Amino acid sequence: MAEVSLHKLNKKFDTTHVVKDVDLQIRDKEFMVFVGPSGCGKTTTLRMIAGLEAITTGEIRIDDRVVNEVPPMDRDIAMVFQNYALYPHMSVASNLAFGLKMRKFEKAEIEKRINNAASILGIESLLQRKPRQLSGGQRQRVALGRAIVRDPKVFLFDEPLSNLDAKLRVQMRVELKKLHERLAVTSVYVTHDQVEAMTLGDRVVVMKDGVVQQVGEPLELYNTPANRFVAGFIGSPAMNFADVTLVENGGKPVAEAPGLRIGVPGELATRARAKIGRKATLGIRPEDIHLATAADAPEYCFEAVVEVVEQLGSEILLDMRVGSAVMVASVEPTLRVRAHDKLKLALKPERLHLFDAESEASI
Amino acid sequence: MIEGALWRRWVFYNIPLILFVFVLLFPFYWMIVTTFRPDGELYLPWNAPNYMPFWTNNPTFEHILYLFEETNFARWMLNTMFIALVSTVISLFCGVLAGYALARLNFPYAGGMGTAIFITYLVPQTLLFIPLAEIIRNFQLGDTPWALILTYPTFLIPFCTWLMMGYFKAIPKELEECARIDGASRWKAMVYIIIPVAVPGILSSGIIAFTLSWNEFIYALVFLSSPDQKTVPVGVTSELIRGDVFFWGPLMAGALLGSIPVAIVYSFFVEHYVAGLTGSVKG
Repeated sequence: MAEVSLHKLNKKFDTTHVVKDVDLQIRDKEFMVFVGPSGCGKTTTLRMIAGLEAITTGEIRIDDRVVNEVPPMDRDIAMVFQNYALYPHMSVASNLAFGLKMRKFEKAEIEKRINNAASILGIESLLQRKPRQLSGGQRQRVALGRAIVRDPKVFLFDEPLSNLDAKLRVQMRVELKKLHERLAVTSVYVTHDQVEAMTLGDRVVVMKDGVVQQVGEPLELYNTPANRFVAGFIGSPAMNFADVTLVENGGKPVAEAPGLRIGVPGELATRARAKIGRKATLGIRPEDIHLATAADAPEYCFEAVVEVVEQLGSEILLDMRVGSAVMVASVEPTLRVRAHDKLKLALKPERLHLFDAESEASI
Repeated sequence: MIEGALWRRWVFYNIPLILFVFVLLFPFYWMIVTTFRPDGELYLPWNAPNYMPFWTNNPTFEHILYLFEETNFARWMLNTMFIALVSTVISLFCGVLAGYALARLNFPYAGGMGTAIFITYLVPQTLLFIPLAEIIRNFQLGDTPWALILTYPTFLIPFCTWLMMGYFKAIPKELEECARIDGASRWKAMVYIIIPVAVPGILSSGIIAFTLSWNEFIYALVFLSSPDQKTVPVGVTSELIRGDVFFWGPLMAGALLGSIPVAIVYSFFVEHYVAGLTGSVKG
């Protein structure tokens, strides 16, 4: 049982305000991921939860206890660092045992826990080695093991996979997910990689410039981003944006830009109506664009000139020019298409996003 | 290694290296030869027919025996050893703690204080001995080993602090943060994690501090006067140079024997020492 709640959390370093009014409830056993570009305040927030960074204003609670002034050792948390921070002069076994020894556990209990953690992570054969004799992936496991043996209330992860090569990272990501299912400990995970955030998180917090942009389940962020930043940050390849003007055409709102004229469908139209005559940003994900067929209503179709064709095997990414905007579309890998081809494309109307040009909030 | 033609390797690598090693080792070689050369050969004029400056065919131990029988050399060695060891321990203890504090505890003016400590190291001993002599006299420590044990740290502590500060800064701070999350207080994290990791740095500052106090001359010359209190550098030069007469044989024998402990200390810890100076901490 452990809930973590952040209430109006602020952090200032001298004059720079790096974390602004963060409010967040992390539920028991939840895997919460903080994601955002570097310098967005996600790591600072994590370090404040860990007690490594003083809180400027606000409150952090673990369960119902305010921990603002509680030193890291008494918060009952474990943290996995980006550079693993294994104690270089100790064997793997001593690394795992250190936290337990500091807490004066019985020798037999320490041994039991080390063996248990080692078998979970498959590092039994490495226990007598020194950290420098381990590969990156093995070090990562030891760092995880050091957190597991403690059986803490909360796991904190600070970009734990970013020092691994791409293949290993994918593998460890899966293992982390399995591990969380097995241990069911409340976890807070910081990453700048939106794929990690989407795959690992029960819920994801997107941050930018110290401000929480949106909190939600991965699909919620993907389907209904709260603003343009979240829309562009979540999903790969990134969402296409085009600057448009909202005009009225035959009683229906239409998003218009040079070379582009897209009808605004259904519910979105109701909300867009209030913004007629204003500038807006149209957003559509590459995977929601396809070659136009007879079934597509003409108001959702547009013409594009292909500039670059990226054949990925499972799909083709087309870098295209649409009027004055540049867009990427993900199309069937069997499509025969070459650069400079002119295509007629259509988008899925229910997947269309509109953002206010000024506030960048979703319309 | 220099790549390319053989002559390049000789011109840019081998020859400079040989010259460098020669310049460094020749005085040492001269010292050894002189130590074992009998007096009859030592004072031969350079144009004598059997003059052989770089070798001797009649090696002798008379100079070394002279040192131990006619002077207090053994006593000087003990004095030097005692003084160097105690002042090194004091300086290391203070230097490690101060270096840690300056590197890791964020207190106001830590940077300025670090610089101030370094500046005290820059004040030349040839000036500092004058006020220090007054202090030594007031505390009535003159002509005792404590005169040196308490004054050597005045330049050893800044030195150790500065070296250790650099070394501690090179240790990733996550190590300590991790230890503190693991349940260690700041003190325990320092004792169990940071100090063991900093051992190469501590050893190198210890070795340098030991060498500096072993070789120190000015303070020892000023603060010690009776023959049985002296250290090796002062004893050898004051007892074996009388007026303008240099007793070259015993003088060189004293220098040779006096440099052996330092050489032993260096060779024992050479690996750690190099790691300490290049500051390599691997996680």
